[in-house]
Amino acid sequence: MGNGILVICEHDGGVFKRTAYELLGKAGGLTSELGGSVSALAIGASNGDALGNYGAAKVYLADVGDDRGGWMTGGFVRAVEMAVKAADPAVVLAAASPAMRDVLPRVAARLNVAMVQECTDLNVVNGGVVGRRPSYAGKAFCDVQVNSGVGIFTVRPNSFEGPAEGSGSAQIENLVVEPDALCEQVVLEKVEAAESTVADLTEADRIVSGGRSVTSQEGYDTLIRTLAAALGATPGASRAAVDAGYAGHDHQVGQTGKVVNPSLYIACGISGAIQHLAGMRTSRIIVAINTDPEAPIFQHATYGIVQDMFEVVPVLTQKLREALS
Amino acid sequence: MKIGVCVKQVPATDSRIQIQNAEAGVNTADVKWEINPYDEFAIELALQMKEAGQGTEVVVFTIGDKGAEAKVREALARGADRAVRLEDAAFDGSDSLGTARILAAAVQKEEIGIVLTGKQAVDNDNGMVPAMMAEVLGWAHVQSVDQFEFAGDSVNCRRPAGGGKTMHLRAKLPAVIGCEKGLNVPRYASLKGIMMAKRKKIEVLDAAGLGLDPATVGAAGSSVSVGGWSLPPARPSGRILEGSTAEVVDELVGLLRNEAKVI
Repeated sequence: MGNGILVICEHDGGVFKRTAYELLGKAGGLTSELGGSVSALAIGASNGDALGNYGAAKVYLADVGDDRGGWMTGGFVRAVEMAVKAADPAVVLAAASPAMRDVLPRVAARLNVAMVQECTDLNVVNGGVVGRRPSYAGKAFCDVQVNSGVGIFTVRPNSFEGPAEGSGSAQIENLVVEPDALCEQVVLEKVEAAESTVADLTEADRIVSGGRSVTSQEGYDTLIRTLAAALGATPGASRAAVDAGYAGHDHQVGQTGKVVNPSLYIACGISGAIQHLAGMRTSRIIVAINTDPEAPIFQHATYGIVQDMFEVVPVLTQKLREALS
Repeated sequence: MKIGVCVKQVPATDSRIQIQNAEAGVNTADVKWEINPYDEFAIELALQMKEAGQGTEVVVFTIGDKGAEAKVREALARGADRAVRLEDAAFDGSDSLGTARILAAAVQKEEIGIVLTGKQAVDNDNGMVPAMMAEVLGWAHVQSVDQFEFAGDSVNCRRPAGGGKTMHLRAKLPAVIGCEKGLNVPRYASLKGIMMAKRKKIEVLDAAGLGLDPATVGAAGSSVSVGGWSLPPARPSGRILEGSTAEVVDELVGLLRNEAKVI
């Protein structure tokens, strides 16, 4: 049986994502109870030194070719498989990101090991790691324990505090990734860049969302995007607003959209239907602005304002610009 | 080439979920069932592919008891040709890999060239079965596909890649495709389709019928144990801010900074 925790650290062009540090910090806490050390895998990064400062004793670097800002399924599956064999951990941690959701279930099936998807908490129980995770769109939670062997756990972004940066040096090992049949079966042709540089909704720490009462795409842009920009937040939308064409589907927060986990969620003109709540109910602070005092969102909001968002949002935007400047 | 569609019935998305107890989990006794919303996009894509002459037959697969046939009939009513229902006590308590093995075994009995399914089921929200099926079958897989084009021996897919990026991939057939919202607009069944569905065949297979070793599926084959079921923690009551627009905004910003400490 393996020992220690392997953390898969994702990056954007060599800059490690916040989730990498979050998980390294959590791994450190878990290994202090479980025993063993923390190692990291960085695919496509040339420099793993930064990870040593966040608790990785060993960093595996794997080169699978130019992923152009996306990822190559075959290369990634193989790299993870090889890192797991090299590190022989008890636990593998990764963010519940699009790439990891694509790659890790294949690794789990290939190695015939357990995988627990999108945990919001991890704890040591009886010498093993137990993942707490939501199902039914967050209407229920359960604890999932691995019966035997390695457990692969993916974690919802922003579930843990990132650790303070320390100083430590990691031993670096380059993995030579063997080719995989999958590399021919699934070929990455093109990656299209995002239009803006705001944080991904699923990783955002601040979100401002608009509902159908923004009444138009122009209304969405003027109210929601402007407030979001003032706050350094990512703009989101309810399903009704997306279906009406006021924002793209990639902005949708909710059961059939994105599940988000920010410290601050401002809901403008959103009634709070069950399916929307499913996507944002774990937000630490929720602010609701809605003219309807009976709107269900007020039962979940930390702070509520029962006024017209067309009046409130411009004033709030201006006040925040002043406060944050 | 036959087109396979894997569908699951799930509690309707506006259901109030109740927990029986910490071990037994969610109470599904009085739940209203619906076809998993993401599977609807898969059904629609299958029908469009058949209409375009890209496949000869659409076969629906589902794991469930007789009660699951109602939702399968809905898929047949929209135009799927026939269905295969997989039922065995040995299947109960399967983890995602066990589920993938059951569906893969059923798919392998037919000349299926492509499997379409929703990217995740909205009850367990794991989203692992499509990729695991592909690994068990040795096939390609693309997840969260919101644009699809058939290209003979391969398929061109687009998928969101996080951070607003999109990826364009080519997957060689045979492949498993995990369908995402936005791929298409699912059709309703016509009255004629509903009538015709009554005569379409639903074959039932068990573990023996699939040639599956019961030790590799169900609770016996599960790599995980699930318990500790509970409802989400209640949020502390919030408060409504009173006053003029200028006053509530001032108060809110102050609270966000000093009380909530989020700005």
